[in-house]
Amino acid sequence: MNLTLKIWRQSGPKDKGAMKTYPIQGVEADMSFLEMMDMLNEQLVGKGEEPVVFDHDCREGICGSCSMYINGEAHGPGRGITTCQLHMRSFNDGDTIYIEPWRAKAFPVIKDLMVDRSSFDRVIAAGGYVSVNTSGNTLDANAIPIPKEDADKAFDAATCIGCGACVATCKNSSAMLFVSAKVSQLALLPQGQVEAADRVLNMVHQMDLEGFGSCTNTGACEVECPKGISLENIARMNREFLTAAVSAD
Amino acid sequence: MKLDARIPEGPIENKWTKHKAEIRLVNPANKRHIDVIVVGTGLAGASAAASMAEMGYNVKAFCFQDSPRRAHSIAAQGGINAAKNYQNDGDSTYRLFYDTIKGGDYRSREANVYRLAEVSASIIDQCVAQGVPFAREYGGLLDNRSFGGVQVSRTFYAKGQTGQQLLLGAYSALERQIAKGKVKMYARHEMLELVVVEGKARGIIARNLITGELERHSAHAVLLCSGGYGNVFFLSTNAMGSNVTAAWRAHKKGALFANPCFTQIHPTCIPVSGELQSKLTLMSESLRNDGRIWVPAKKEDAEAIRQGKLKPTQLTEEQRDYYLERRYPSFGNLVPRDVASRAAKERCDAGLGVNATGEAVYLDFSAAIERYGKTEANIRGLHSASKEEILKLGKDIVEAKYGNLFQMYEKITDDNPYETPMRIYPAVHYTMGGLWVDYNLMTTIPGCFALGEANFSDHGANRLGASALMQGLADGYFVAPYTVGDYLADEILTGTISTDTDAFVQAEKEAQDRIDHLLNNKGSKTVDHFHKRLGKIMWNECGMERSVEGLTKAIADIQALREEFYKEVRVPGKAETVNPELEKALRVADFIELGELMCRDALERNESCGGHFRAEYQTPEGEALRDDENFTFVSAWEYNGDPSSAKLHKEDLNYQFVEVKTRSYK
Repeated sequence: MNLTLKIWRQSGPKDKGAMKTYPIQGVEADMSFLEMMDMLNEQLVGKGEEPVVFDHDCREGICGSCSMYINGEAHGPGRGITTCQLHMRSFNDGDTIYIEPWRAKAFPVIKDLMVDRSSFDRVIAAGGYVSVNTSGNTLDANAIPIPKEDADKAFDAATCIGCGACVATCKNSSAMLFVSAKVSQLALLPQGQVEAADRVLNMVHQMDLEGFGSCTNTGACEVECPKGISLENIARMNREFLTAAVSAD
Repeated sequence: MKLDARIPEGPIENKWTKHKAEIRLVNPANKRHIDVIVVGTGLAGASAAASMAEMGYNVKAFCFQDSPRRAHSIAAQGGINAAKNYQNDGDSTYRLFYDTIKGGDYRSREANVYRLAEVSASIIDQCVAQGVPFAREYGGLLDNRSFGGVQVSRTFYAKGQTGQQLLLGAYSALERQIAKGKVKMYARHEMLELVVVEGKARGIIARNLITGELERHSAHAVLLCSGGYGNVFFLSTNAMGSNVTAAWRAHKKGALFANPCFTQIHPTCIPVSGELQSKLTLMSESLRNDGRIWVPAKKEDAEAIRQGKLKPTQLTEEQRDYYLERRYPSFGNLVPRDVASRAAKERCDAGLGVNATGEAVYLDFSAAIERYGKTEANIRGLHSASKEEILKLGKDIVEAKYGNLFQMYEKITDDNPYETPMRIYPAVHYTMGGLWVDYNLMTTIPGCFALGEANFSDHGANRLGASALMQGLADGYFVAPYTVGDYLADEILTGTISTDTDAFVQAEKEAQDRIDHLLNNKGSKTVDHFHKRLGKIMWNECGMERSVEGLTKAIADIQALREEFYKEVRVPGKAETVNPELEKALRVADFIELGELMCRDALERNESCGGHFRAEYQTPEGEALRDDENFTFVSAWEYNGDPSSAKLHKEDLNYQFVEVKTRSYK
């Protein structure tokens, strides 16, 4: 199929940036979206032009690197997939495709479609862990039985890949889905109980410092999340936050 | 050079305990004055960086991804082994050790493997304490499943995302140390040189992938946790960025490279579909717990399927050849990876492949769906359930076990694996070879250590499923934190290491010269063009089957390719900015050199063992034929100015605790 690509080009954080048009021919339905981008880049390099810069690595939907806003949707059309899992069979011959970076104050553009998501790491560093040192002398793994339902819910929350689609999708650029997924995972497990109150307060505080917006419960993040992280996590985090805030000294 | 693995004396079950008791320690006040560099933040790197920081060292961690959480360990699917014996099926440290030695086709070092089995149980305890949500049974205890090459259930898992959950556990431990200021994290940085000062590893040159700046970083020890080199084949299950540069640069500075030809071809991957494909996707080995592998028994049926005239579901049981169950009745579909891969190739070469390229076999879940459906119907007391109801119940169970894998398969192939069997074919997955290390995981350069897939030590000629995660975390959490300390005990008076010395200046210049050459070359072909050609040579001649003729030709072809690469490669853009083409070019340049060494190693090893199958050495039934008398050694290559003049050293493997036998899974 033949397509017209409209791609955001921005040479650096200070550049204003603009959409540029690239026609591309001979795209096959079985190609992944990123293989189509590889093809474009091969052609650009062949012509001596600079290829389009974008983040990508595992290309199987788990590392969370790829991050394209395609035709106005984070990770493009289709549900439950990342950009790298999107295949060209979702498009038709003659289509025009708009490709932009994640846009959020807390995710500044580095170049073209590549953004800086280190704010996510700093939110995790603020409390997204259980404070246990490596020793080899912890309890036997089966010493504390955990109800399967809790373990499964914790797992579902823990499958977040930190791609930032929730932030890119949210009209407020809120990171509530991302933060609540980690808070929920640890709140659901006995191991996370001891530090639960500090954790939620510190992570939310860091989230605010990074410049993410507030949550107005539109639920758009849940729809676009490639891993199907549930809005219930946000509700759980609000509960955790409120409990922690009123019981704080 | 004499290779000394420095294996502690004594009975195998006491070696590690004794070693830990006798090893030198660094007191907490001194640790504060010692710097440690960790390259790579996968399971080995993140766990090592977090553990070393907890102990009190100043750690600098590097990864090329935008966040340490994205290292490729994240993509591991099926599980992690541990000798917990929770299932009461006769598992023990010794059995895990024995299975790993046997699975590696008797080409790994006993002492290291025993230690791995010994610490495996602690890994599970540690991860659970961190809040890793492993799969559980209704009683609230941990669940297990089986992997290839073993007859017990010792694999812990979190659906098909075990690597993700373990890595996020290690990453959270790492972030905790970053918050404390004990780890300084350098994301989007790539190591381009190892700096050796007076024979000791003293730092690295890293390129900041955003600004393009070359940075000098010094330390008292350098831990390479940079993963494997499967991307030498271009198409593999590795992430696009996975590369050998850190390990290869250490090799060029004096670290021996061990068993480079030992690569693992994973039997169950989604087959290659076209020329523009960029990577291959694994379908977890855990699927072989329930999936049955088959091809049509008759060539005519295979032909009809390839032409789209026949559907696999139309073939009766008699018209199918469940070739693994036929050839290996005692292990069936759960034979080790190397055996399963070769068997698939053998059937496809015989004209029985089932996709358009003729290179695919079926992985079929219909029997499992029916079996689970019946059990579930019984549990619910539905004794008169219809076939449809049973299948529906069975599909729900299969979805709960493997849902994300089935979804992944469907997204890529547009086929529904609940209705029609998956098509799969072997693909490059893991590399058992890597930097040679002693019992302390130190390379032949003092102060330079290699952990996880980057070293060679634990898997011999073939790795068993769910053992890579085990090794990465064992090395990072439980081995290196002790053994690196033994080396650092001599460094307490060294003080901060200056980066203004000649060695740093020279190493930076070497990196700068490579970058300048590539950018100024102005050739006519892209980096991927060369990478793909290298991949084809490697896959055809140094893949699932190797021969003297093929390898000899491959070496000549790679040498010619290397020359052409430096003349003809075109790298656009500048050095002082984000430049992914330059990053790729630097990696591919190293892959080309490594490729030649892999072929030389394969040519030198005149036997078949594990993943290394030489056409000349096989039994009449087509099984691998080892030559224990002449090849029970680790080949360790010393760089000598050029891959073709690398010098071979041998570390003899003395099996004292396991009887070396012909590996049989029949």
